[in-house]
Amino acid sequence: MALNVTQIREDFPILKREVNGKPLVYLDNAATSQKPKQVIDSISHYYTHYNANIHRGVHTLSQEATDAYEQARKKIQKHFNIAHNHEVIFTSGTTDGINLVANGFSSFLKTGNEVLVSAMEHHSNIVPWQMLCEKTGAQLKVIPMSEEGTLILDEYDTLLTEKTKLVFVNHISNALGTINPIEEIIEKAHTYGAAVLVDGAQSCSHIKPDLQALDVDFYVTSAHKMCGPTGVGMLYGKEEWLHKLPPYQGGGEMIAEVTFEKTTYADLPHKFEAGTPNIAGGIAFGTAIDYLNEIGFDAIAQHESQLLEYATAELLKIRGLRIYGTGKDKTSVISFNLEGIHPYDVGTILDKLGIAVRTGHHCAQPIMDFYKIPGTVRASFAFYNTMEEVDKLVDAVRQAQNMLS
Amino acid sequence: MSIAAIQEELIDEFSLFEDWMDKYEHLIQLGKTLPLIDPQRKTDDKLIKGCQSKVWLDAYLKEDKVIFTADSDAIITKGIIAVLIRVFSGHRPEEIAAANTNFIDEIGLKEHLSPTRANGLVSMIKQMKLYAVAFQAQLKK
Ligand SMILES: Cc1ncc(COP(=O)(O)O)c(C=O)c1O
Repeated sequence: MALNVTQIREDFPILKREVNGKPLVYLDNAATSQKPKQVIDSISHYYTHYNANIHRGVHTLSQEATDAYEQARKKIQKHFNIAHNHEVIFTSGTTDGINLVANGFSSFLKTGNEVLVSAMEHHSNIVPWQMLCEKTGAQLKVIPMSEEGTLILDEYDTLLTEKTKLVFVNHISNALGTINPIEEIIEKAHTYGAAVLVDGAQSCSHIKPDLQALDVDFYVTSAHKMCGPTGVGMLYGKEEWLHKLPPYQGGGEMIAEVTFEKTTYADLPHKFEAGTPNIAGGIAFGTAIDYLNEIGFDAIAQHESQLLEYATAELLKIRGLRIYGTGKDKTSVISFNLEGIHPYDVGTILDKLGIAVRTGHHCAQPIMDFYKIPGTVRASFAFYNTMEEVDKLVDAVRQAQNMLS
Repeated sequence: MSIAAIQEELIDEFSLFEDWMDKYEHLIQLGKTLPLIDPQRKTDDKLIKGCQSKVWLDAYLKEDKVIFTADSDAIITKGIIAVLIRVFSGHRPEEIAAANTNFIDEIGLKEHLSPTRANGLVSMIKQMKLYAVAFQAQLKK
């Protein structure tokens, strides 16, 4: 069923804004999505009606807050088809989840072990593994990518050996929009007994991953990329892995018993949830998931692929425009440059025209080095974007080109 | 002309433009007049941190006056650095170090530039003033 985008846009108060005297055209959805009023309201409703610390008090407010927070965990569980509720760990976001896993693996890895990461990772997905390898003596190896911006799976096959303990790959690249063949990556890693962590920061606003079917060991994402609030995210880990991993941070909530001699850790998921969490954020994350499901991921995918197809075709009509990331499986992200023009100049002119895009290296410097460019202009579309907005983008890029060349 | 007088001149010059597009066109034109850094000296240690585009800045003393040269890979950034060089280049170190930079607001550059680029602009000014202070110390010796 086609989306009623006009009606959907009514849910997003910010889309009524003007920027530099022009109606906002928000095409920086890969950096963060906008929030529907349902999500905004759920945050204010929490603070207005039942703000209390959770898992601690016997009083009514505390129980209401705990229920709502745990309800959100259930929504996440159901959404991602996760077997057990306690396999859902609330984090502060993707980066936090990755660090939690990296920290955990630092107690297993040793010299001679290898960790594989893809060539199209976000910085937050590279640095923790570099730190992990430095600490443990394990070696970091990179799965290379092709000119189209897709992973070279033959090379992956060669890199994968008995030495491989961990494979890290993003589900969708934030800089290129490429959808990586994670099913195949996971399956192959498992034949060597390696664990796989998938970074779902870019995927969860576009698709609804079935984590049991994927048989992935760890999966992380951020609520703010899926119409939820900033500062909250989730880590999925298979039960057996979560039991094996040591706790990440010490503090309240994560302990069962404390004496000065010894502390016994709480059960999952609390073992990994030290301190007072982002309660309002967690609850609103649940609301965001409800919201997206109400719209429906099939409808979202259909609309976004129309936007992508149209925008790609129209942009390619501009002379000297090159798109980076041209694999056949991609989401509604277009990274491009105009020949002879710095992406930053283009971004500046687009901003003057009310169009929000991202310019720069998109926290993926290795990809920019691969293409030998300083950065790109990235337009990333969400289900609330329209064909008219694509037209505005294309006109604006033309205008920028005229001014800048 | 004093630094203050050049700033006044720029304020007048930019006040002629009513809309942002004309202002940017002018800035881009100014970028084309930028006194370019000697290619031999265009090395990584001349890069200014804090700018999204690359900016190289160099300075030397000529008869007790500081001469700046620069380059950038982005054309609007080139325009901005050209404006700064027009204001600061050819003055005594102590004048540069003491100069205020309110003119940037007044010509609508800061307000019209994205926050990250404005930060780049702040870094450029800071680097020019650092050169001035260093030359000041050198001349006192
Ligand atoms: C692929 C990818 N991984 C990780 C992150 C980091 O997410 P967060 O900043 O929410 O932790 C991002 C965000 O830009 C991303 O796109």
